[in-house]
Amino acid sequence: MSTLTSTTNKVNPLTAGQLPGFALWVTLAGSVVIGGIIDSLVFYGFDIWTTAFLGAVIFLPVIYAVARGVEGRRAAADRLATALVSGAFLLALLPLVSLLWETLSNGVARFDATFFTWSMRNVIGDGGGAIHALYGTLIVTGIATLISVPIGLMTAIYLVEYGRGPLARGITFFVDVMTGIPSIVAGLFAYALMAIVFGPGTVNGFSGSIALTVLMIPIVVRATEELLRIVPNELREASYALGVPKWRTILSVVLPTALSGIVSGIILSIARIIGETAPLMIAAGFTNSINTNPFANPMMTLPVFVYDQYAHPGIERVFYNERAWTGALTLIALVMVLNLLGRFIAKRFAPQTGR
Amino acid sequence: MATVTQSTQEVTPSPGSERAAPPPRRRIGDRVFSGVATGSGITILVILVAVAGFLLMQAFPALTTSPDVLEEQGYGEFWSWILPFAWGTVWASFWALLLGVPVAIGIALFISHYAPRRLASGLGYVIDLLAAVPSVVFGLWGSIVLATAVQPLWMWLNEYFGWIPFFAGQVSGTGRTLLTASIVLAVMILPIITSLCREIFLQTPVLHEEAALALGATRWEMVKMSVLPFARAGIISSVMLGLGRALGETMAVAMVLSGAPVITVEVLTSQNPNTIAAVIAQNFAEAYGLKTNQLIAGGLVLFAITLLVNMGARLIVSRYKEFSGAN
Amino acid sequence: MRSGSLPQFRERIAVKISMIGAPVALLAAAALTLSACAANETANPGTGGTGSTTASITLSGKGASSMSAAQQKWIAEYQTANAGITINYSPDGSGAGREAFISGAVQYAGSDRPFKDEEMGAGKFGKCTAESNALNLPVYISPIAVIFNVEGVEDLKLDPDTLAGIFAGTITKWNDAKIVATNPGVTLPDGNITAVHRSDDSGTTNNFTDYLNQASPSVWTEAASDTFPAAFGGEAAKGTSGVVDAVANGSGTIGYADSSAAKELGHAQLKVGSEWLSPTAEAAAKIVDESEQLKGRSEHDLALKLNRKAAGVYPAVLVSYALVCEAYSDAKEAELVKGFIGYVASAEGQKAAAEAAGSAPLSSDMQAKVKAAVDSVK
Repeated sequence: MSTLTSTTNKVNPLTAGQLPGFALWVTLAGSVVIGGIIDSLVFYGFDIWTTAFLGAVIFLPVIYAVARGVEGRRAAADRLATALVSGAFLLALLPLVSLLWETLSNGVARFDATFFTWSMRNVIGDGGGAIHALYGTLIVTGIATLISVPIGLMTAIYLVEYGRGPLARGITFFVDVMTGIPSIVAGLFAYALMAIVFGPGTVNGFSGSIALTVLMIPIVVRATEELLRIVPNELREASYALGVPKWRTILSVVLPTALSGIVSGIILSIARIIGETAPLMIAAGFTNSINTNPFANPMMTLPVFVYDQYAHPGIERVFYNERAWTGALTLIALVMVLNLLGRFIAKRFAPQTGR
Repeated sequence: MATVTQSTQEVTPSPGSERAAPPPRRRIGDRVFSGVATGSGITILVILVAVAGFLLMQAFPALTTSPDVLEEQGYGEFWSWILPFAWGTVWASFWALLLGVPVAIGIALFISHYAPRRLASGLGYVIDLLAAVPSVVFGLWGSIVLATAVQPLWMWLNEYFGWIPFFAGQVSGTGRTLLTASIVLAVMILPIITSLCREIFLQTPVLHEEAALALGATRWEMVKMSVLPFARAGIISSVMLGLGRALGETMAVAMVLSGAPVITVEVLTSQNPNTIAAVIAQNFAEAYGLKTNQLIAGGLVLFAITLLVNMGARLIVSRYKEFSGAN
Repeated sequence: MRSGSLPQFRERIAVKISMIGAPVALLAAAALTLSACAANETANPGTGGTGSTTASITLSGKGASSMSAAQQKWIAEYQTANAGITINYSPDGSGAGREAFISGAVQYAGSDRPFKDEEMGAGKFGKCTAESNALNLPVYISPIAVIFNVEGVEDLKLDPDTLAGIFAGTITKWNDAKIVATNPGVTLPDGNITAVHRSDDSGTTNNFTDYLNQASPSVWTEAASDTFPAAFGGEAAKGTSGVVDAVANGSGTIGYADSSAAKELGHAQLKVGSEWLSPTAEAAAKIVDESEQLKGRSEHDLALKLNRKAAGVYPAVLVSYALVCEAYSDAKEAELVKGFIGYVASAEGQKAAAEAAGSAPLSSDMQAKVKAAVDSVK
């Protein structure tokens, strides 16, 4: 019964039973190479996307098998999960990069001063701009936000803090239903409302805002409600224990805790409706001239401008297409600025969490 | 040993000095605030009733006119006309969810738990860029860029996997099929689901996560044990929001999908069941009279479909209510 | 304790207001401070500044999207010449235009077909007087081209039966015997045909199916309609741009669209009698002269029954009408409409539209007829 002394190859207990750090990258590279070989031989010639796809498909089972052999079942499952989750992110980048590249490369051509200072009044073919559409979008979306955010926020507060009975259940249910209203139906509703109140054929910016409000409220409610629900009850109870009235608890404790998420939700809803085309076509109409009065006359908006330039071009289609893409680029830039602003505000004013 | 009896006696207030506890006083701030909150909730109900009422009023003629009149003045008998489009709506949304939800949850997990901390918020911003793209641009991108790119892939699928009913039929030459439209829908609902899930995953109690890790769980096991159960209701909520967008998306589907009034499970051909929203968008401009009524009735059916789907989801969520943060 | 929390509480409320207020305030500020100036609008007297459209007189039109490019040009030229007038044309579709004209929401409409007999009638139209009927005036003629995108094929000749067979789904391969028969010397690939039609209701579809029905009734068994017959299958795309893009980006595709919208794609030649005709402006404009007025209409109502079989006439043509009142309730509106539609039908107007939208100008005969009709409007 002699104790076996350790053999000459020293095993480091900290890294025993684990794959070396380079193993991951070697496996990845190997899978891509094998994928490329299969692609060239079996498919219609070498193509980078097919290679990447095949590489990914080969990589997943290989890394699982290798890790399972060396590290064990649980660690292998962990590696597979990491690979899948990272893969999901990379997969989402593909359409994003493609979309942004399309918009940027096509939209940069007309991203000039003329575009932002001219309208389309009396402009045929080259030249012209979208300043009338830009104003329209800002005004219509601004009014919609002004109406939707207070109503949505207060409803979410009601559902989380106050609602207990059939009214709350009914509101929750119907907000769900509202999320499914097709955008064009919201436009029809706004158009019909204006027709009943002001006479047939009334199109104006405010009608467009009404359509957008119908679409925006459920998103604000749904997003805010979830985030308010997640605020731990202990915080609320601590506040009540100190004698703070309920309404002040909500304003000072619950809302700030959920602040970053709420601002995120609001920005999300603005992003959702700012690009809506169909309802605005019906409710706010077309025009080529500037109109800053939301209560009279049609008002052009950016998404309708983009669609109109694409769908109803003149002879030299290229000029209209260019303006359409630049309009799209402007829309995206607008939302991104709002997004940045929202994140900045959220970060500045949110309480420090453990994360 | 004198027993101390006084301390064991109950202290009862003498009859004369009894004072009933004052009723709880509702502060005026509370009253106003809860009134405003309730009022907002009721406003939403009013808006919804208005929209539903408008839909019913406008749709009523189409639902009650005889089929012969509808044949010549409308689009034909209502239920046989709407059925393929109702099927198309559900089918396209099903594929969109199938393709989009796993990827969205994966991305949300990546940003909240796997990515390096300093990059995390920047990465979230990058994904939110997808939400900024207007639906017209999705329509253009889908019909021009995506359809052309995936058309060879659909031909390959049809060639080798055509025995699966989904991939059978004659592949469209332009690639503007239901599967392509579902991919576009999946990309459109991705940012909604990811954003909400990300916020919820970030709110997981850190103590739960650390407890799991302290017990020796791998990162994936920690996620499985403490993050996902906590977020279950929230995930379903975000999927509902995404589903709502997919069911109602008008412009992108109208531009990408080559739709027809057929009921089929094939997703690679030129003859794809159109969606209700796309049908309304394509026909509304040229519609008048009874045709308009019929289209709006179609909108009503879409409303009903959303209702049913949401009811089903709510049933599932209600079983997990006790796992939400407010416990 | 309460007094200590009050200033903190006030700060929190301020934070809350700034949280929601900041982005909204920015939006409002952006909208207001820039106070609505456009470089091209302030130059026009009477139309600059806020609410420019309310300061000048406005004429509203709605209707066919097929002539939206032409309408843009006409409006631009007319507004430049008459600075105090603003004209808005919404290309929402012929049906919407007709309906808006009937309900009185607009002063004129653009339509891909004239009002039918049952739609006409004195007093039925909102902006007209009780005794006044409507007038259908042809103002826009556009040839419909059969566009295709087949590898290695530059020119294509299709006789009516073959064309109908392709769009009806009975001919499915490019190297089908019927296509080869009319295209000697052209190598047609052995690929599937993807025939693209309009998914939305459209006057272009109406005119195209009308041609197929008249020229090849044995193969094309459906009557002309705004909606492409679902029974014939094929691929659907939204709008003229949608069809053009689908054909351009696909492979082995064929479709029909306004010829001016698809200049880069190949146009097929159609057989009329024994000639092969391309979609040119002259061949298309002839149809209006060879067609007769609908029976039972008043002298100035120029609604036509299109004769697609006449010799030398390119048969797949779209004729769009301007719908106006015989007499308007408001004299000022009558002036506006007379001025604008008069310009539209004039030689310069037709020439401008031909340049900007690729339409075929009205012949001088038809121009004179339309001018007489416009002059009769009260």
